[in-house]
Amino acid sequence: MVTLSLERQIEARRLPTWAPWATAGGALAVSVVVGLLGSGPSVAGVVVLAVVLYAVVLYAASRAVEGPRRATDRLASILVTSAFALAMIPLVSLVWIVVSRGVRLFGIAFLTTDMVGIFGDMTEGGAVHAIVGTLLVTGAAAVISIPIGLLTAIYLVEYGRGPLARAITFLVDVMTGIPSIVAGLFAFALFTLILGPAYRAGIMGAVALAVLMTPVVVRSVEEMLRLVPNELREASFALGVPKWLTIVKVVLRTAMAGIVTGIMLAIARVIGETAPLLITVGQLNQMNWDLFDGRMMTLPVFAYRQYAQGGVGIDRAWAAALTLILIVMALNLVARLVSRYFAPKAR
Amino acid sequence: MTATLDPPRTSEQLEARTGKGSHLWGGRVFAGLSYGSGILIVLVLAAVAVFLVIQAWPALTATHEQLDEISWFRSESLLGYVGPLVFGTVLASVLALALAVPVSIGIALFISHYAPRRLAQGLGYLVDLLAAVPSVVYGLWGALWLIVVLDPVMSWLSSALGFIPLFAGYQAPAKNVLTAGIVLAVMILPIITAVAREVFLQTPVLHEEASLALGATRWEMIRMAVLPFGRPGVISAAMLGLGRALGETMAVLMVISPGLLFSFFLLKPGQHQTIAANIAAQFPEASGLSVSVLIATGLALFVITFAVNFIARAIVARRKDFSGAN
Repeated sequence: MVTLSLERQIEARRLPTWAPWATAGGALAVSVVVGLLGSGPSVAGVVVLAVVLYAVVLYAASRAVEGPRRATDRLASILVTSAFALAMIPLVSLVWIVVSRGVRLFGIAFLTTDMVGIFGDMTEGGAVHAIVGTLLVTGAAAVISIPIGLLTAIYLVEYGRGPLARAITFLVDVMTGIPSIVAGLFAFALFTLILGPAYRAGIMGAVALAVLMTPVVVRSVEEMLRLVPNELREASFALGVPKWLTIVKVVLRTAMAGIVTGIMLAIARVIGETAPLLITVGQLNQMNWDLFDGRMMTLPVFAYRQYAQGGVGIDRAWAAALTLILIVMALNLVARLVSRYFAPKAR
Repeated sequence: MTATLDPPRTSEQLEARTGKGSHLWGGRVFAGLSYGSGILIVLVLAAVAVFLVIQAWPALTATHEQLDEISWFRSESLLGYVGPLVFGTVLASVLALALAVPVSIGIALFISHYAPRRLAQGLGYLVDLLAAVPSVVYGLWGALWLIVVLDPVMSWLSSALGFIPLFAGYQAPAKNVLTAGIVLAVMILPIITAVAREVFLQTPVLHEEASLALGATRWEMIRMAVLPFGRPGVISAAMLGLGRALGETMAVLMVISPGLLFSFFLLKPGQHQTIAANIAAQFPEASGLSVSVLIATGLALFVITFAVNFIARAIVARRKDFSGAN
């Protein structure tokens, strides 16, 4: 009998489960009405008002019925959830505007022509030279940074002991924070010091991107190598396989899917870098296949230059942004698929 | 089978059988290569500093008359030129941080403790998508969408709270430092969220369960078990985000209307500029000494971001020893 009455007491001090829903409906209705009565309803205004009303009313009701502790709990839930909703605004609006504005000029013609002989309000012209430039520069950056990053990660996991390994780990972490424009300045300083102030080539941009990409590769590969169980290494040693062959044939092979994923994500991260390319590789209106001679157009710089030019250029900038996002998303998607389907099966 | 078990009689036979000679050689080369790569990374980091100093040297040692010949140089000295840029950079980044950190903590808590388990990973991936968007696309978004959307909000802010100097003097379009701060906040949101989420998920489950068993509500459990545990992680995440925001170029370049003032008018255009955006704006047309001046400002940016990242990583490394996770 005592327990029953206690249960009843506890139940009586809870808000019924329909209360939050009712409050939400009421808040929404009130804010729509206020919106209609006021200076004309805007969707954003109505939603903000509804959320604020909902939080205030539910907090007050909960405080009156359930006490301050549960009321605070409810308020915290609302705040945490709206933080997440808030973060979705830029994502949704960005995807929506890039796609809706990008499709105006996006198409086969955009992907297969360059900007030679395009002037004024002509809507022809495209970004094939920029796409090729981006692929060449990013590819060269990957060729530089993948071996270095891979070997450094192997050193850190398999060989490195003591203060040097700790220092390298720490500096790699710090290096992930180098601003992209500083990496661009470094590449510029390096090449102009050696080859004279007028030298411009795609390889400068590749070096700048490699500076940004290598620490990312090191971090992700290192994480993957640490996931390889020690039993595998020990089993291999026990069979008399030397250490380096164990690393190549056992450790790397086990971690391969994760390594590929990490490298692709690293590429996806640097392929959209604009600032270092703007100050090293520059821009060009036509195709340049030579990484070691002359300026080159790249997709992010193309988007920026077209935006800065204004007029029809803005449509071209959106189309370039759409192309860039499609490339990045494809890289991300393939990376996730690789890690899902090629990862070693547990047992 | 038994033949292979014959003990080798001489060391030559042993080497022939196991191929030990080539393996020793291979092992040495492999170890050397990986060791060399590790050293190379440290050298590159040092080289970044060294080359920037070498190229900035002419500007650091230039006389006032020499600097005056640069068309856009209107300051007393190099320090007078870098000062407002550093101020603008720090102001925009701090604004971004102030906006992003509370939201990031909220998102991280939502994903780690509020969202249904099955959805959590997918929702986390959605936030990570924000990190995959190239900065130039953020610039386009900020300059062509956000500025339009923010216009009514900011004109309201200026008219309602204009008596506070911070919000006085709004002029459309919203090409001011607050807009830049908002774009930067969106850009650093994913990294802060990712790190904070990881630490929140590492909270010992026993702490959480103990707290719930004592009758704590979910929020009380988070406040007493999760947040204290995650504090060092959140601090370092915020500093990593700060490092990103300090060095971000394109978004600021495309959003802000530049000016070189020590000004706290957040809504006025033409007051602030960041180091990175200034370099990107001036560099393509620069030559000679002006290149050196810009590289000198880049050196200042490098030093600032290096210090911020260094402190952030040091906090993580130091707190790791004391955290209850191990």
